Amino acid sequence: MRHILTATVMNEPGVLAHVANMFSARGFNIDSLVVGRTEDPNFSRMTIVVTADERTLDQVRKQLAKIVTVVKVRDYKETPYVSRDLMLIKLSAASSSRSEIIELAALFRGRVVDVGMSSLMVELSGEEEKLDAFVELVRPYGIRELARTGVIAMSRGAATNAAADEEVRTDQRPATARAAVRQPLSGKRQPTQQELEATPPG
Amino acid sequence: MSTSTSPIGAGANVPAAKTTSKAPHPVVAAPLHGAGSIVVENVAKATESTAGGLPVLGRPTGKTDRFNGMTGAQILLQMLLEHGVTDAFGYPGGAILPTFDQLYEKQLNFILVRHEQGAGHMADGYARATGKPGIVIVTSGPGATNTVTPLATAYMDSIPMIVFSGQVRSYLIGNDAFQEADVTGITRPVTKRNYLVKNVRDLPRIINEAFIIATTGRPGPVLVDLPVDVTTGKIEDAVDDTPYLPGYKIFKAGHSKMVKAAADLINASERPVLYVGGGAILSQAWPHVREIARKGNIPTTTTLLGLGAFDENSPLSLHMLGMHGSAYANYAVQESDCLIAVGARFDDRVTGNLKLFAPKAKIVHVDIDPSSISKNVKVDVPVVGDARLCLEEMLGLIESRPRSSWLAQVARWKAAFPFAYKDDTALSKPQAVIEAINKVTGGKAVFTTGVGQHQMWAAQFVRWSIPRSMITSGGLGTMGFGLPAAIGAQVGRPNELVIDIDGDASYIMTAMELATMSQYNLPVKVAILNNRFQGMVRQWQQLFYKGRFSHSEMVNPDFAAMAESFGIRGLRCHRKEDLIQCVEEMVNHPGPCVVDFLCETDENVYPMVASGKGLHEMELGIVGSAAPNSNREMGTLA
Repeated sequence: MRHILTATVMNEPGVLAHVANMFSARGFNIDSLVVGRTEDPNFSRMTIVVTADERTLDQVRKQLAKIVTVVKVRDYKETPYVSRDLMLIKLSAASSSRSEIIELAALFRGRVVDVGMSSLMVELSGEEEKLDAFVELVRPYGIRELARTGVIAMSRGAATNAAADEEVRTDQRPATARAAVRQPLSGKRQPTQQELEATPPG
Repeated sequence: MSTSTSPIGAGANVPAAKTTSKAPHPVVAAPLHGAGSIVVENVAKATESTAGGLPVLGRPTGKTDRFNGMTGAQILLQMLLEHGVTDAFGYPGGAILPTFDQLYEKQLNFILVRHEQGAGHMADGYARATGKPGIVIVTSGPGATNTVTPLATAYMDSIPMIVFSGQVRSYLIGNDAFQEADVTGITRPVTKRNYLVKNVRDLPRIINEAFIIATTGRPGPVLVDLPVDVTTGKIEDAVDDTPYLPGYKIFKAGHSKMVKAAADLINASERPVLYVGGGAILSQAWPHVREIARKGNIPTTTTLLGLGAFDENSPLSLHMLGMHGSAYANYAVQESDCLIAVGARFDDRVTGNLKLFAPKAKIVHVDIDPSSISKNVKVDVPVVGDARLCLEEMLGLIESRPRSSWLAQVARWKAAFPFAYKDDTALSKPQAVIEAINKVTGGKAVFTTGVGQHQMWAAQFVRWSIPRSMITSGGLGTMGFGLPAAIGAQVGRPNELVIDIDGDASYIMTAMELATMSQYNLPVKVAILNNRFQGMVRQWQQLFYKGRFSHSEMVNPDFAAMAESFGIRGLRCHRKEDLIQCVEEMVNHPGPCVVDFLCETDENVYPMVASGKGLHEMELGIVGSAAPNSNREMGTLA
């Protein structure tokens, strides 16, 4: 089972190494680990995605909390939260397919951030599944380079739990994406009918 | 407030210190373990979501100009003294020379070792023998990397220790300078916390933090890496030495609901067993352990590190449990309906096959480290907190119960499966040597061991009754621990009898510390159980590798002559008739003494729980043959 944990850590050298080393030393699997600054310059925030059963998750949480430079650990098992992944993806784009890609990016609320003679770079953020879906959709054009940040997450405010975030559980999502996210995340996936229709030949 | 609040007044060579009286004082007094404890306010605030504030430096901290004009090395020495440090171990070298220059005046009793590993184990042995943190001072590069094994040893066994290592000048760090090593990187997995001090202004705060972290909560080693420009650099104006540890949580008293739940479970149980680990000694919970056992008539077993927490002369004692524990402890655990673990961590050497461990028992786990709870074994009632405080509270809730049928069963097991050996060889059996030592000393000495067969036999055949009398590397299993640990213990307890029960292979790993022993005339006694083999390796090769003794046989020097060459009394005992006399001679010798006890080689440690087996499936060996009806007795378990 995949779980998201966040850890507030002291902003000093060695903390990332300590956390990463603890995971490897204890045989826990990290799917992604993101570190960045927070509202307080003394602290950084790590968002860690792990695949683990309940008991292992419990150990991961406790072992994280045990590290002296880790100030606070939180998991999102029973908390409503918002999560985001950010991607830059450079696609082969001959002038003939350029507009299709731009259209797709727009459907996913992505932005074209660079245009070359034969390539396009798209910036896209959202839940991991949405990004996965986009990647699959544009794969036929030829992916030249892809970089993702990994997931960051934050719990929802108590009063706004029910409030709709425009990209989470929304009906405004493109049909192709909605279909795509129901597919398993990894492994070889059969394209949906919509995708096949949306996929340009070649 | 001034330095008069420090436990040791400033020495002649230390600049007089003052504190700015106007500085806001960020400390509040709060009761913790006793009077005079101090909770640092801003730390407490940062950890308010956790179990409360921090102790305790025994003196105020805050913004102070008392370090003005002092170099890092001067500050280090003064603060060590203020923290009550009286002894330290180490070895000089280029990058730590500024600090060693401060040691020239001998305000500290400094022990010069022969290898930095020895310094680490000495500090460890010192800490285990006294309860005070062990202090190590070494140089950069190889000096620091040589402390990695002692750090790992102390980390596994939760021993408070602080290593101060020299480091190349901070602007050279990363340039592959001479004797440079990434010491904080190397030691991170084996320290509770480590620091690379980059600015001398941070040093006072970091030293305070190092002492707090090493000695509180679940204790452990801390390393402070000191670049030359930090130890030579001067503080020019006021600095804040208040510890800043927002991520550090110390658990004190257990949750009273959980303590009550634990007591209820214990009171309702018919066949409880107390399983006591090193945490009971670290937290000084042993009087409470004994009282709970007595009050509830609860048979009590200890781990290797818990030896001494319980009086093994009590009929309630089950002695040590686990892989080479007593048959009766292992049977009792397997039959128990309520296992109460105190300051123990369900190590694989204790539990055997986890799936088969204590199958009938509800498990109570008292531990200060929440990550120990349900790590290996699923716990029914966790009590997170200081063992002493938790047991203090629990004691009042434990009902006095006779539990006579359970005690009768335990007594039958104890009668049927005592630790045993056959004295049927020309040379002494190693167990006989330990029995002789136990007989002559009455178990009233501080013992250290190496790692292997002799360690297990020491655990089995010394009758442990005194806390901090067994000093041994449990978790990491560090061969070579015995001799330096004994030296450290002797430094910490100079007027007591300290005996290193060692194996020939363990002993020779760190035997150069004989020179240290000799230089400071430390009256450590070393009893070498010499079977000319790495005995435990030989046992495993015999049992599991078809007797192919691959590289486990030792060709040893004449240990007695070797000791003599260091100016240490060396004896050799090759006739078993002389055992008692040799032990007496060793114990009565006023100075350091090494005795080479020639022992039978082909002797194995029993009982033995083979890997993958449950505790009740142990090989009894000689222990079983002492009780011909043992199988019938154990019918319910077979």
